Amino acid sequence: MIQPWLLADEPASFWFPEQASTFASEVDWFFHAILWICIVFFVLIVAGMVYFVWKFRQRPGYQGSPEALHNNALEITWTVIPTLIAVWIFVRGVYGYLDMMSPPTETYDIEVKATQWNWSFKYPNGALSNDLHVPINKPVKLIMRSEDVIHSLFIPAFRCKTDIVPGRLNIMWFQAIKEGSFDLYCTEYCGTKHSVMQALTVVQSQEQFDAWLAEASKPPEDPIEWGKWLYERQGCKGCHSIDGSLVVGPSFKGSFGTSMEMSNGEKVTMDEQYIRNSILNPQTQARVNFAAKINQMNSYAGKLKEEEISALTAFIKSLK
Amino acid sequence: MSATELDATHNHSHGHDDHGHDHDHPAWLAHHFDDAEQQFDSGKLGIWLFLITEVLFFSGMFCAYAMYRSLHPEIWTFSSQFLNETLGAINTGVLLFSSLTMAWAVRCAMLGQNRGVVACTGMTIACAAIFLGVKAVEYSHKIDLGLLPAGFYVPQVAHPEHHEGLSKWLIYFMVVPGLFLVVLTAWYGQAVATANSVQKQIAGPLSVSALCFFLGVGLGLYLESGEAAEHGDKAHVAASDSHEETHASDNHSEADHAKDGEHAKDETHAATDGAVSTETASADGHAEASHSADNEIISPDVNKPNAAGLFFSIYYCMTGVHAIHILAGIGVLTWVLVKAAKGQFHSEYFGPVDYVGLYWHLVDFIWIYLFPLLYLIT
Amino acid sequence: MSAVVTPGSVQTAEHSQSHRPDPNYLTHTKGFLSWALTLDHKRIGLMYLVGILTSFLLGGILALLLRAELFFPGEQMFSNDGYNQLFTLHGAVMVFLFIIPSVPAALGNFLVPVMLGAKDVAFPRLNLSSFYLWLAGTAFFLVALFSTGLDTGWTFYTPYSTLTQGPVVAATMGVFILGFSSIFTGLNFIVTINTMRPPGMTWFRMPLFLWATYSTSIIQVLATPVLGITVLLLAAERVLKIGIFDPAYNGDPVAFQHFFWFYSHPAVYIMILPAMGIISELMSVHSHKAIFGYRMIAFSSVAIALFGFLVWGHHMFTSGMAEVTTIIFSALTFTVSIPSAIKVFNWLFTMYQGTVSLVTPMCYALAFLFLFTIGGLTGLFLGSLSTDRHLHDTYFVVAHFHYVMMGGTLIAFLGGLFHWWPKMIGKMYNELGGQISALVVFIGFNLTFLPQFVMGSRGMPRRYAQYDKEFEFLHQMSTVGAFVLGMGLFIAAGVLLSSLFRGRKAPANPWGGDTLEWHCESPPPFYNFLRPPVVKDPYDYSRLVYDNRVGGYVERPEDRASGSHK
Repeated sequence: MIQPWLLADEPASFWFPEQASTFASEVDWFFHAILWICIVFFVLIVAGMVYFVWKFRQRPGYQGSPEALHNNALEITWTVIPTLIAVWIFVRGVYGYLDMMSPPTETYDIEVKATQWNWSFKYPNGALSNDLHVPINKPVKLIMRSEDVIHSLFIPAFRCKTDIVPGRLNIMWFQAIKEGSFDLYCTEYCGTKHSVMQALTVVQSQEQFDAWLAEASKPPEDPIEWGKWLYERQGCKGCHSIDGSLVVGPSFKGSFGTSMEMSNGEKVTMDEQYIRNSILNPQTQARVNFAAKINQMNSYAGKLKEEEISALTAFIKSLK
Repeated sequence: MSATELDATHNHSHGHDDHGHDHDHPAWLAHHFDDAEQQFDSGKLGIWLFLITEVLFFSGMFCAYAMYRSLHPEIWTFSSQFLNETLGAINTGVLLFSSLTMAWAVRCAMLGQNRGVVACTGMTIACAAIFLGVKAVEYSHKIDLGLLPAGFYVPQVAHPEHHEGLSKWLIYFMVVPGLFLVVLTAWYGQAVATANSVQKQIAGPLSVSALCFFLGVGLGLYLESGEAAEHGDKAHVAASDSHEETHASDNHSEADHAKDGEHAKDETHAATDGAVSTETASADGHAEASHSADNEIISPDVNKPNAAGLFFSIYYCMTGVHAIHILAGIGVLTWVLVKAAKGQFHSEYFGPVDYVGLYWHLVDFIWIYLFPLLYLIT
Repeated sequence: MSAVVTPGSVQTAEHSQSHRPDPNYLTHTKGFLSWALTLDHKRIGLMYLVGILTSFLLGGILALLLRAELFFPGEQMFSNDGYNQLFTLHGAVMVFLFIIPSVPAALGNFLVPVMLGAKDVAFPRLNLSSFYLWLAGTAFFLVALFSTGLDTGWTFYTPYSTLTQGPVVAATMGVFILGFSSIFTGLNFIVTINTMRPPGMTWFRMPLFLWATYSTSIIQVLATPVLGITVLLLAAERVLKIGIFDPAYNGDPVAFQHFFWFYSHPAVYIMILPAMGIISELMSVHSHKAIFGYRMIAFSSVAIALFGFLVWGHHMFTSGMAEVTTIIFSALTFTVSIPSAIKVFNWLFTMYQGTVSLVTPMCYALAFLFLFTIGGLTGLFLGSLSTDRHLHDTYFVVAHFHYVMMGGTLIAFLGGLFHWWPKMIGKMYNELGGQISALVVFIGFNLTFLPQFVMGSRGMPRRYAQYDKEFEFLHQMSTVGAFVLGMGLFIAAGVLLSSLFRGRKAPANPWGGDTLEWHCESPPPFYNFLRPPVVKDPYDYSRLVYDNRVGGYVERPEDRASGSHK
């Protein structure tokens, strides 16, 4: 399994990653325009500074002539010119921005659910995935919601980001112009695993995308595989490991059938009923040492079907 | 929280005046000021700046109020019925009167009538105490009813049962003022016994003020009991036959269950919910509304934590912060009272009274806004 | 002292024959209580200086730990959770404990009355209260630091800050208390400058440091109360569950951001305006020439203060606000950039046909021009909407604000410290050491933060404990730079501290400044001036000449004898 944070993408230019969306060329061009304006002013100021310091430095025999105290023509010049430049920058910025904020009427809509610390993408046919697959050269609209805290979806190669705010649906659209895999980051601090709340944006040709989508819609036949498939897509992975390490909640490894101490002192064996209860009513039982953390787990009542719960149970059982 | 401490006695930690500087600074003129006018102007500007910061401090809450009211006007309409306009009006009148006594105090100070200052600031403090007493009754009544900030809000039932005797929260609120009353009266007694005029002038008005807190409480209790019946009328449109009690559905909070339980033991009320059932049924779309005969949730659309609860969050924030400012005001008014008892004010030095007066007027002014915005919505 | 002719001796002459010279403000009373209960603005300023420099040290150590952790992409010394706490505390300590008080409280408290020829600020006891409030607020932060771990970021965004475990209430109460410290300082300065100016000092004869302080104080008084109510509401949200930021209760998480940034944007002008005031003084004095465009700089200060209240939304361009709103905020943001640009040009031309002496304060002032220009210009990328959509919440923003806050405010603060150190402490420091510190700081700073612009535009998000391998080299450059920067700051500290023991005694006017603080002894007597001096143009250097016997500047003998005043 490819860990997204090990991909060493080389930037396509000094300042930017690849231009993978229709927004990128405007943003990049505009950035460079502002950059050159800045360089011009910066060079003028620093050169002026260096020149004045050298030419008017204190030295024997030199006496400054402190007469030049103000000059209205200069003041007006260096007020008006920057103002005009600022106006231009503002207007050009709005131009690109309005494009980014106006999705075309026909878009391919994908629902995004951001939770701590997991991305989940839901396609129009109901398929779920943890990575964002999109077809190339088609406008895509993301309808984004969060169930806990503010997140922000950022795809550097596309030059766009939008915050995801609980309690509302934020929209972002783009059109990918280049096939490949691009980083997708969460970029609004959201807690412990903010830095690794990453996904891939995979841009594919329409045929490849359709094929992928067909595959993705089908959960694996085998119950254990299906359970694992759900584990990765329903947010369990964000807090429970399968290798014994502690993330937020207890690891699933080797836990089925064992006797566990609960926070109220009881000893309970992890069986199917226990797992089902943990999924549907997590707040009613907590293992010892996890009494506070259990508050972070939302109930999956209404979100997982019985067969899915059975599949998850089979998966957990299989983790010796 | 006075911004203008101009008590210019020679308490500076730096040494004494041996630097040959002409020392025509009387005790009330601070060392670093050239003359009385500069001192007064500085203090005046200072207090005005401080008042501006207070306005900005409250403005955040007024913004929140405006935002949420414009988004959810129905919540405001519903929630306002739980606020007793009579009590609010009385508090308004009391504060307005206190502003009068405060202005009078300033005048006395300008004329050097220190006894007048004592009397007037004493009356101002007494008014503040009455205000707080009424507030204590309002708050304790609401807490009992479960009218709390959003996270703790209890959906209101048609027949809230009433406690016998005083609310326990009211008793909590009365503890500290009670202690003050005891201590101040004792102090006054001692002042009389030792014939200490200054102490008498301080302890006397202050103990009367402590007493006025309980006057406010009494006033509040008297009027709240009338209000309860009025409140019941508002929630009920018409009387109809008595009905059997049924249990509320389990979507209601624990407090409701407690009320249900008690109701089962209580007598049925004359005004019943037959009409209310119809009323709420038409407004109803939510599963959590129960149509149990006795303890049904009135207007369930808005009578829930994320609606009416929001109103009460804002209510408690605004009136709570305001009450804290009243308390602080009592503090600085006491300070002025003490200075006046010591005879420190005269025509060239009355700044502190003036500045505290301005602060007090602002506190009153803020209440003048709060009263209609919270109490007079319908 | 009586043998050497020094400025100010005209006024004290009548005393110097009959009295011993007064001890200065540092020595005239001794003992812990004489400092703890002092009402002397100079002592209060000095205590603030010690306090805020200690906070800066703490914040700096946190920064070095952060940069060390970021040397490699994965987890090294700190878990993700530990890193998150580090950056939260680094930000909070630096913003609330160090930068906001720094210039006004440490330097301003000392200088404002002296520049006005007054004996103290308008409300000395309020001034002392401000200091104790600062200490109390600091205590709350230390509690937060050493307890269960605050990891919300210094911005405390909801809902994370309402949901997370951790000492959020303690930290926000600390902020609340610190806010009052700031408000009272600002209030004090406004009244002092309004009512205690000496005869002859009209508004346009005030030193520009006072204009800057005045503008800053306006912001402190108007903006900080909004921060107060914001953190109070946040605490109420956690404790009383008022629900106004919680969508489950029909609240709005973004409302918090509006409240928060309504203060915090003007706050950055609280940080930079006093620094600009310092630069005005430094550029003028060390070019031995009046500031170029005095009125433009004065008006620009006020303009920045006022416009600064209108632009808070530019921190929230991606949060989902309506388009009209974001467009208006973007337009207003550009208006604030113009006065700053005007100031930079005016400072530059102050040197034109002046006599520039490259002493340590001037080195820092020139570094400021360089670094603040970069910082200000990079704001253009962030103010314009299409580029901000890419750059928001990346390292580009981190680099931008470090350039303006650190390359701007801190550098100017250091320059001011070196400039007024002789006046405050009465000792000269090793000049070469000071210049070296400026150079090392300058190099280290650029090495730390220039790579971060590139990282940001390449997509590196901020507040990341771990990062993708492609950013490794830039991070390593930045970390090396941070340690160089730290070294430079330690050199500066060393230079100043060693002057306490080995510096030569400072004359009244080592640099040849003409504002009133240079007309009294170094260090000043506790009462500053016997009587308010009559004020002339604060930037007229023609009357001053260097006197080798004194090692500083004095009034020309003929000017002194005739007592000529403009």
